[in-house]
Amino acid sequence: MLEISGVTRRFGGVQALSGVDLTISPGGITGMIGPNGAGKTTLFNCISGILPISGGEIRFLGQRIDGLRPDQISRRGLVRTFQIARGFPRLTVLESLLLYGADQPGESLAAALIRTRASIRREEALVEKACKLAERLKLSHVLGNKASDLSGGQKKLLEIGRAMMRDPQMLLLDEPMAGVNPSLIRDIGDRLISIAEDGVTIVLIEHQMDLIARLCQHVIVLADGRRMIEGTFDAVAGNTEVQNAYMGARR
Amino acid sequence: MVIYLLSISVVATIYAVMALGLNVMWGTAGLVNLGLVGSAAVGAYTSALVTTRMGLPIPVGLLAGVLAAVLIGALLSLVTTRLKDNYLAIVTLGFAETIRIVASNEIWLTNGTDGISGIPGPLRAVLTPLQFNALYLAIVVCLLGLVYVVCQRILYSPFGRVLHAIRDDDVVVGVAGKNGRVFKVQAFAIGSGIVGLAGGLYAHYTSFIAPDLFVPLITLYVKLSLLLGGVGNNRGAVVGAAIVIVVLESTRFLVPLIPYISPTQGAAMREIILSAGLLIVLRFRLKGLVPEAHDHLTVRPQQNTAGLRPATT
Repeated sequence: MLEISGVTRRFGGVQALSGVDLTISPGGITGMIGPNGAGKTTLFNCISGILPISGGEIRFLGQRIDGLRPDQISRRGLVRTFQIARGFPRLTVLESLLLYGADQPGESLAAALIRTRASIRREEALVEKACKLAERLKLSHVLGNKASDLSGGQKKLLEIGRAMMRDPQMLLLDEPMAGVNPSLIRDIGDRLISIAEDGVTIVLIEHQMDLIARLCQHVIVLADGRRMIEGTFDAVAGNTEVQNAYMGARR
Repeated sequence: MVIYLLSISVVATIYAVMALGLNVMWGTAGLVNLGLVGSAAVGAYTSALVTTRMGLPIPVGLLAGVLAAVLIGALLSLVTTRLKDNYLAIVTLGFAETIRIVASNEIWLTNGTDGISGIPGPLRAVLTPLQFNALYLAIVVCLLGLVYVVCQRILYSPFGRVLHAIRDDDVVVGVAGKNGRVFKVQAFAIGSGIVGLAGGLYAHYTSFIAPDLFVPLITLYVKLSLLLGGVGNNRGAVVGAAIVIVVLESTRFLVPLIPYISPTQGAAMREIILSAGLLIVLRFRLKGLVPEAHDHLTVRPQQNTAGLRPATT
């Protein structure tokens, strides 16, 4: 589904990605782990078009997506979230969700001025969809609040909700559970499993190994800007190289 | 005295139009523009030239002025898409000065610093000054109403929602599947077109324009109007413009009553009063007198979802 071959990215003298090769096949949740500075977030930034790559190529559903703008990549069904929750503090939760809605003709200036029927109908459909999603993510009670009023955990949920508004085929989640309390982590995990069951392919960057073990069928380890190893969690966790580079030796 | 009151009403209305234009760019999309007066000059000069040199009717001149300002706004936005905040402010400030200097030096086109006189006003020849001022006020108020409706439609629409999103984070807006650049250019073009209309209206009102009318101070008065009234609120833009003009004009009479100051000091005193007023508003009402609405939904959820505040439109 997503094929990355020989992707490199340099920041000045720092080689953040030095030839990443990996393939994500459709379905399920793939975990992406690795020490800080391994290049996980940089890789997400490159895939989602926010950073241009220095070399290599990225294919999604068989087509090259490197060199496309972020909005073009999102429209193809590949949507990402951010590690430090980013978004629109001055929009309400409902507005943030609606913003991500696809195919809203009212986003053209002419339709906005005339208030076309098509745009109002689409808006009604999007509002309904946003309300359902909010219910699923337990955000119904804050729909009318500004996004800046939300707690850290709710912001993370909103990020996932926003991405879901686009009906993505693939979700790239950058540490969706960082800074979230344990009971909510459990919740988010359950949501992710149910999203994956709906047929959305998820790639998840996470540092909490018990979560990776619970959620991910497949795990990829990045280190020093390249893929170190991949496989099932147990296989990866048992690898001595991975233990030295990342997890620390197990007793 | 009645003519004087009518005349400051016309000027206040024209400022309100400019403040609405600024609200599309700055209030909604967060794009700083300190070059408003450049767009106003383009609108004024275009309309003046079309009606005097080519002898076309005033509405055609105004329309040409708007189109010219839209084009110049779009162009300015295209060359500055990668700039934000202070950098955008400096470039747009330079843009307005460039327009002014071009107008001063391209004598074949603009008659240089002597300016263009004899710009026609609607029925100016047949009406008394009082009637003309009353008619002109009616015209500008109608146009203000039209521009207000356009700006409200933009603010309360999915299009406006994308502009609001750009104001908050123009990277994430790409992840939302919107090409932010296209929206920025549109916001700049519309805003500039509205300011251009205000420029044209001014030219046909006073019948004379010259480069030294289009100084950065005008931009600051408009920006001040919006800050005072409420950034992001169209009603605020109108209210703010009215207050700024009333303060500027009324102090003309009040300041000479202060003993022991020279007329020059008096003029400076008026600016000080305005600035002090702004500081007071920013200290005690940061969001302006008519703050931005809590949300800008056009469709609200069917069920009365808790937490969703009632419509404020």
